[in-house]
Amino acid sequence: MGNMTELNEQALAKYRNSFLHEVEERVEEGDWVKMCMQCGVCAGSCTFGPHWEHSPQKIFMMIRAGKREEVLRSDSMWMCTSCYNCVVRCPRKLPITQIMHGLAQYAHRLGVAPKMQPTRDLSLIFWNNCIKTGRVNELRFTLSLYFKDGLMAGIRQALSMQSIALALLMAKRLNPLEFFKGHECKDKAGIHRMLKKAQEIESRRQGAHK
Amino acid sequence: MSDMKTAAYLCTGCGIGERLSAAQLAKVAEREGKMHLVRQHAFLCSSGGVQLIRDDLEREGVTHLMIAACSRRAKTEAFHFPNTAMSRANLREGVIWSQPDTEEARETTQEMADDYVRMGCAEVKKMKLPAGNPDLGHARRLLVVGGGISGMTAALEASRAGYRALMVEKSGSLGGWAARLHKRTAFREPYTDPADTGVGEMIAALQSDPNIEIVLNASIAKTDGAPGRFKVEIAVESGSARTEDVGAIVQATGFSTYDAAKLPEFAYGKTPNVVDQAGLERLAREAGANPIRRPSDGGEVKSVVFVQCAGQRDDSGIHLPYCSGFCCATSIKQAMYFKDANPAVDTAVIYTDLRVPGNGEDFYRSAQSKGVTFTKGKVTGVEPGGNQCKVSFRDLILDEDTAISDVDLVVLATGQVPNSGVNIGDPEDAVADAEVKPISILNLSYRQGPDLPQLKYGFTDSHFICFPYETRRTGIYAAGPVRRPMDIAQATEDATGAALKGIQAMENAHAGRAAHPRSGDLSFPIVRLDGCTQCKRCTVECPFGAIDEDEKTYPVFNESRCRRCGTCMGACPVRVISFENYSVDTVGAQIKAVEVPDEFSEKPRILVLACENDAYPAIDMAGMQKNVYSAFVRVIPVRCLGSVNAIWITDALTCGYDGIMMMGCKHGDDYQCHFVKGSELASVRMSKIGDTLTQMSLETERVATYEVAITDMARVPRLIDEYAAVINKIGMSPLKGFA
Repeated sequence: MGNMTELNEQALAKYRNSFLHEVEERVEEGDWVKMCMQCGVCAGSCTFGPHWEHSPQKIFMMIRAGKREEVLRSDSMWMCTSCYNCVVRCPRKLPITQIMHGLAQYAHRLGVAPKMQPTRDLSLIFWNNCIKTGRVNELRFTLSLYFKDGLMAGIRQALSMQSIALALLMAKRLNPLEFFKGHECKDKAGIHRMLKKAQEIESRRQGAHK
Repeated sequence: MSDMKTAAYLCTGCGIGERLSAAQLAKVAEREGKMHLVRQHAFLCSSGGVQLIRDDLEREGVTHLMIAACSRRAKTEAFHFPNTAMSRANLREGVIWSQPDTEEARETTQEMADDYVRMGCAEVKKMKLPAGNPDLGHARRLLVVGGGISGMTAALEASRAGYRALMVEKSGSLGGWAARLHKRTAFREPYTDPADTGVGEMIAALQSDPNIEIVLNASIAKTDGAPGRFKVEIAVESGSARTEDVGAIVQATGFSTYDAAKLPEFAYGKTPNVVDQAGLERLAREAGANPIRRPSDGGEVKSVVFVQCAGQRDDSGIHLPYCSGFCCATSIKQAMYFKDANPAVDTAVIYTDLRVPGNGEDFYRSAQSKGVTFTKGKVTGVEPGGNQCKVSFRDLILDEDTAISDVDLVVLATGQVPNSGVNIGDPEDAVADAEVKPISILNLSYRQGPDLPQLKYGFTDSHFICFPYETRRTGIYAAGPVRRPMDIAQATEDATGAALKGIQAMENAHAGRAAHPRSGDLSFPIVRLDGCTQCKRCTVECPFGAIDEDEKTYPVFNESRCRRCGTCMGACPVRVISFENYSVDTVGAQIKAVEVPDEFSEKPRILVLACENDAYPAIDMAGMQKNVYSAFVRVIPVRCLGSVNAIWITDALTCGYDGIMMMGCKHGDDYQCHFVKGSELASVRMSKIGDTLTQMSLETERVATYEVAITDMARVPRLIDEYAAVINKIGMSPLKGFA
């Protein structure tokens, strides 16, 4: 994971001006971008519409206009909540949600995604938690999230959620012992092998050298 | 008149018998209407009822029928007596369905019905059975002016329908613009790729068709006559001339491209690498199977930019204000010329709104998947530099000024300008400055001008919603881009429609019948010339140019050109124009037949003159929906508000009516008037009636004009009631009891 900027430079060198081409080849569902007809229904349908810097419509236009840096460094696609409203409404049937996630993931791989982006933080914590044992340890996941901004912030957050935690305990939905070891999947090593293979395939598709 | 035998039939079905006193109606018909025969039937439109009428026609020698039942618009098949003059009193929609079924309303409802029976009787006695137009014409050959796609389609379709066609083409070859195309826009499943134009096959089909005669290098020197008997002088370039008889004309004179030289900001003319769409077709045809080269140096084309709406949809008043509708699809097609040959060529279409009518949306998608880039923006300038250009534009999505550099070829989508000749009312010296070609195409000998009247931007006038193929010259149909901007597929459909309309017109002229919208009408305008004052109003105002003038400026009616709207009848100050079944007398008698109560009765009378095309159906439908309106109105349908003669207004007022409502269609550029100008003329005439009212010491509110659409069944009762309230406020007419 150390050569992200190198990856970025490779991509830049390969596609030069054609960011659209790059997106088509390297971003999940990226070959749909050219089919956008700029009607703006996605922008109007987005539940988070006013909170994005760039609506999907604009992101697609920026891709065509070759605004590579602006798109990849944008936090807009990280704002997607996967409600699929845009996908349902798009008259051209573009998988907009998937493209947004594809773009976010691509930016992350290239190492140009915005830092301190809450969605990205959450995704990373979730991922690191999940791949360790092959299943999510909910207690640790929650605590990592609480303490991601420091000890004091974590304690404050934990205290504020105290009553809910107690209720979960009473309902036997939360086991404090999970903190120490927790459940694992049956073939942890197999999961790890599988993930490694998947990463290899993806890297190959995205043109990265091992 | 001595051999007139009248009969009135009262239907008591549909609730009429329960709501109204049939005995009273019969008494009115007999004593006041003076009908020779008065009969009642409980179900008049049944076979028994109709048989009753038929028997009377045969055995009793009845010549004039008055049917008091439902609206004249209902049961037209049952009450179809083509050999008898007939009037209808509307007791169902017009009375019982539009009045409340209450004890208080019983009296006024009965009065309404009594009046309609009086009116029906009065009308029918003034009617004559139309004998059919004597101005017959039996030429059954279609003249097609213009040999492009539209013209060729019209000729071929006419031939397929079994009619002969004569084609006159100005240039030396057929095919028009289509023959100059490399390929045409996709027009059938799956709408993904440019297609062959098919012009060659079409020309071959035309040339081998025994029904079709083609005259090339020729123009129309003079067009004289009327549907069924047009005499057309054809001038051939070589100097020879011939005169041909034709029954109808399809004008398919097409378009010219908007002159790109008027767009210096896009560098047209400054570099050969900026072309219009026609220019690109030429490059593509020259290149044939090879890649299209850059005109300046024959270099390889790596980047093409298409500028949509170049000199179109312009609100500055300099260029074309309208959208030509075909150019987006054309640019898509032309971008495919490059992409299909070499996907590595960059093609960008810069558009403000991509408009691809018909199945163009599939074609658009296909171009997107082929990698044509579509950018929503407005091009601000093209800068030539060496063999390449820079195209600057405002990106309308990202809202910023930007540019595409190193463009090898720029294509301007400039749009269509109709080749439509001289407009009606164009002053001769102003024609020279106009955008459209000032040269007359048809050279009509009509009093109102040599060509088809235009509506806007030089396109010929047609009733866009109801009768798109029609023009304001009966028997002459505009097809293709001369009518509105369009592509090949639309022009083909348009020309097919126009050819069929032409055939209809020939057949109608042959049988002495009217063309639309009064299709099949056998009545025609009759003028009593000895009373005519040569004022020329009828010849000027006829929306269809049907009336010429002789050397003494007396009107010369060409009945086959007439649409039977009666605008001439409405215009005539001395009332010498009439139709056999519709005249100043038939309506005037109805107005006078109404019993007007005295001024202390608190029962005003409001006359409604309603256009039979829209307003009258709307009033009928109001009744069908049981939308109640004032019982004080008496509605008379008129063929068009244009046929309303001012004498009806003065007659009504002197008879003591308290108010007159005139309901006609919308007028203006987006008119709905079935006779194009009728409602407009009526409103102009009525705007001047204020003086007359003042002279009669009457309030100006006593005559009001309304625009009513056929969909106004909820609005019309409201209008009536509001107007009744106005009359209530200004009080009863002081003129009661003098007539």
